[in-house]
Amino acid sequence: MVVVKLILEITDLAVEVSGKEILSDIDLYIGKGETHVLLGPNGSGKSTLFMAILGFPKYKVKAGEIIFKGENITNYSTTERVKMGIGVSFQNPPAIRGVKLQDLLKIEHGETDEELSPEMMDLVTKLKFDDRFIDRDVNLGFSGGEVKRSEILQLLAQKPDFIMFDEPDSGVDIENVELLAEEINTLLDKEKKPGMREKSGLLITHLGYILNFVNADTAHVLMDGKIACSGNPNEILEDIRKEGFKGCVECCNPIH
Amino acid sequence: MLQSDTLKKRAEKARKKKAALGEDIEIEKFEQEEAGEHEEIESLEELPEKHKETILKVGVEATGAGRAGSFLQIDQTGVCTSCSSESIELMNMKNALEKYDWLNDYMWKAVAVDTDKYTAETALRESSGYFIRALPGSREIFPIQACMFIGDTNVSQTVHNIIIAEENAELHIITGCTTGSDIQSALHIGVSEFYLKKGAKITFTMVHNWAEQVEVRPRTGVILGEDSTYISNYILTSPVRTIQSYPTAYCQGENSRTVFQSILGGQKDSVLDIGSRAILTGKNSSTEMISRAVSKDQSQIYARGHLAGKSPDVKGHLECMGLVLSDDSLIYSIPELEGSSTDLELSHEAAVGKIAEEEVLYLMSRGLTEDEAASMIVRGFLSMDITGLPPELAAETKRMLDLSLKGM
Repeated sequence: MVVVKLILEITDLAVEVSGKEILSDIDLYIGKGETHVLLGPNGSGKSTLFMAILGFPKYKVKAGEIIFKGENITNYSTTERVKMGIGVSFQNPPAIRGVKLQDLLKIEHGETDEELSPEMMDLVTKLKFDDRFIDRDVNLGFSGGEVKRSEILQLLAQKPDFIMFDEPDSGVDIENVELLAEEINTLLDKEKKPGMREKSGLLITHLGYILNFVNADTAHVLMDGKIACSGNPNEILEDIRKEGFKGCVECCNPIH
Repeated sequence: MLQSDTLKKRAEKARKKKAALGEDIEIEKFEQEEAGEHEEIESLEELPEKHKETILKVGVEATGAGRAGSFLQIDQTGVCTSCSSESIELMNMKNALEKYDWLNDYMWKAVAVDTDKYTAETALRESSGYFIRALPGSREIFPIQACMFIGDTNVSQTVHNIIIAEENAELHIITGCTTGSDIQSALHIGVSEFYLKKGAKITFTMVHNWAEQVEVRPRTGVILGEDSTYISNYILTSPVRTIQSYPTAYCQGENSRTVFQSILGGQKDSVLDIGSRAILTGKNSSTEMISRAVSKDQSQIYARGHLAGKSPDVKGHLECMGLVLSDDSLIYSIPELEGSSTDLELSHEAAVGKIAEEEVLYLMSRGLTEDEAASMIVRGFLSMDITGLPPELAAETKRMLDLSLKGM
């Protein structure tokens, strides 16, 4: 048996937002080199879990713990978690006036020169941006596709060990989905053999469209703040495509 | 300095007249130094190194590289006047008044001599200052740099500047005002009168970097002829005791236009009372005023704006955004619109608020600490794109702004 080293261990997690419990009894274990996908209808708590793992203050952990790389990070700040190797791609990141995409790329890639390094400029070109675009205020007036590509570009600069993607394919045209998927695959070491992969990821999607381009090892379905089932992504997706999330409701509330 | 008895009488009468705004300053508390106390130099490069560093912080380049000319006044003495441009005349005011009789016609026309005690003081003392004139039809892309420097402690510096852009001339000026590194307190009064003839354009970019106990009372008037454009950029992000300034542009000519862009960072106990006023009398004249203010510590910022539309087809817009970063600080935004003609358009938008938490968290999720994220957002908020400058000067101004924002 191959022993997989865990990068993320979530046990018995309950999360509250503004005094209301959104998640409970969450157990989630992600091994090093693995990609998991989190499915579920709108409002099931997917984004809450994402924010809780990231440590945003509004998302209060009421029970359980989050272990990252063997360390209990439940009470760590977002900054500390990110410095340990967690990376994120947001669905709707805020625009920040006067803060240029280029400024962020430099910080993320640890650069101090005025000009961006040739290495980063190659990535900029790869994501179909140019030096004029990266001089724009981050997310200000970006199209849906530009937001996603900018998020992925920033992750390529950061090179995190564990990456969460919140709806990476929503609002993106087909041509760009393939481009994004290619870079997500790079970020998640997909070009390496499964046992050799160092990077891990959690894809959050309610349609699962991105899974046509990015392979996941395990899928989890979140229903009403609980994980209703976990298993083979293809089987679970097939069920959902046939019956919708209705079937998952039954799993979630088994009739005795 | 005053040729006419009438002006002198008016100034005498206004000697005790308090300003309409701002804390009243006891001028007598400060020492009056005569012109000539500081030695004249041929070039700014002769300055001691520490002064060079100080003036560089307000955008004044001692080597004069990329500048059409340089002017430096220390306390009451014009110590350096050098100009390499053939399309610009740059002189010490005293020399200019000796050379040109007609210059008297420009004295106290854009700023009333009896505005308040500060203008009166400037008129009644032998004030220094510069005279800049861009010759008709000339276009000098390199800026003239002028520096008002306070070198002795507790002095009162009075300055009277006259700037004329003749017909179709384009002129760019960078002004840095600062104090020697060992100066604590002083008073600076700067009167500047701008005259733009038909088709002329002036951009005036000013960076202030005073010391914590310095009182500052600039008095500025701008008279715009037909088809002329005046662009003012003002940057102050370092501590000062109080500053009160309300430059007024008189858009008298048809199609004349002014833009005021101000970046204000309040720190420590500073009181910044900064406004911009445009009197739109010329047909189809227009103004735009944009300000960004951030208050920290115990600072108070009064951001004023007054747009007066007095003829048909004039347009004006004022935008004032403020971030209040400490409970002990204050931003008071006072936009005023005055319409006294039909068919005009005046508008304003003002917002005072806090740093968006969502933006801080976004930057934290890229690895910045909370403090780093907040300061990056504040710097971004203040680093607005300054428009209307030629590309080289825009890049230079951006560098000046970045430098000013480092201390925020």
